[in-house]
Amino acid sequence: MARILSALAVGLIFGAGIALSGMADPAKVLNFFDLAGTWDPSLAFVMGGALAITAIGYRFVLARPAPLFDAAFHLPTGRRIDLPLIAGSAAFGVGWGITGFCPGGAIPALGLGRGEAFLFVGAMLAGIALSRTVRQALASRAAARTA
Amino acid sequence: MTQFTPLLSLAGGALIGLSAVLLMALHGRIAGMTGILSGLVPPFSTDWTWRAAFVAGAIAAPAAIVGLGGAVPFDSPAPASWLVLGGLVVGVGVYFGSGCTSGHGVCGLARLSPRSAVATAVFMASTAATVFVVRHMLGGL
Repeated sequence: MARILSALAVGLIFGAGIALSGMADPAKVLNFFDLAGTWDPSLAFVMGGALAITAIGYRFVLARPAPLFDAAFHLPTGRRIDLPLIAGSAAFGVGWGITGFCPGGAIPALGLGRGEAFLFVGAMLAGIALSRTVRQALASRAAARTA
Repeated sequence: MTQFTPLLSLAGGALIGLSAVLLMALHGRIAGMTGILSGLVPPFSTDWTWRAAFVAGAIAAPAAIVGLGGAVPFDSPAPASWLVLGGLVVGVGVYFGSGCTSGHGVCGLARLSPRSAVATAVFMASTAATVFVVRHMLGGL
């Protein structure tokens, strides 16, 4: 129970940060990227503040043997800079640029009860689910071929 | 036009950073929305409960701020068809790209991950290019 409640509390802090920072506002996000037009540099301060705290905090946390509620830290192990990373990130930018929503901004925006956020998040979850199915099908086909 | 809010944005960013540090300290997890959501679409991952709790908190916070009398600005200029298309493209992109702004742009960069540095550079450039095309070549939004 403490495990679930602590995740809920951390989610609350994340959502409050997104809401206060302006990341939940697609118009503000789009203006941050519109250097040639109605530029609003605010979001550079979001990234700066988040990065500074995380970089310092991680140094202390990751020096410990394990997290409080798990046996080990779950850190990404991939090292390769490959096509899925680059093409996927490029595609993400196209979707972010035409809507102003990124995943971390859109999920808290649901709490504002606006239809636009629900429409975007529904489509985004479908995209994630579809991609997961495709990747697993490809992996099992590759495994069958080598077996 | 949107208002330039350096102090609020810095404070909000610091809270996002605090949540990333706490999620690592308590659960040993990267606070990336893509990774967290990937275990919450069918088939659900076995550890879906903390993921659902984090997402519930993230959704509840802006609602609570509004409920307490605060203001959370929100303006979505894209038409519905763009939201659906954009949502699909973002979902596919962040899944294969292994992360988004929170995972790569905050947690990954804080760990000095080369993969996250490349991903962040690519999606920031791609987003800026897309906004330029939409606003200054197509005359939209």
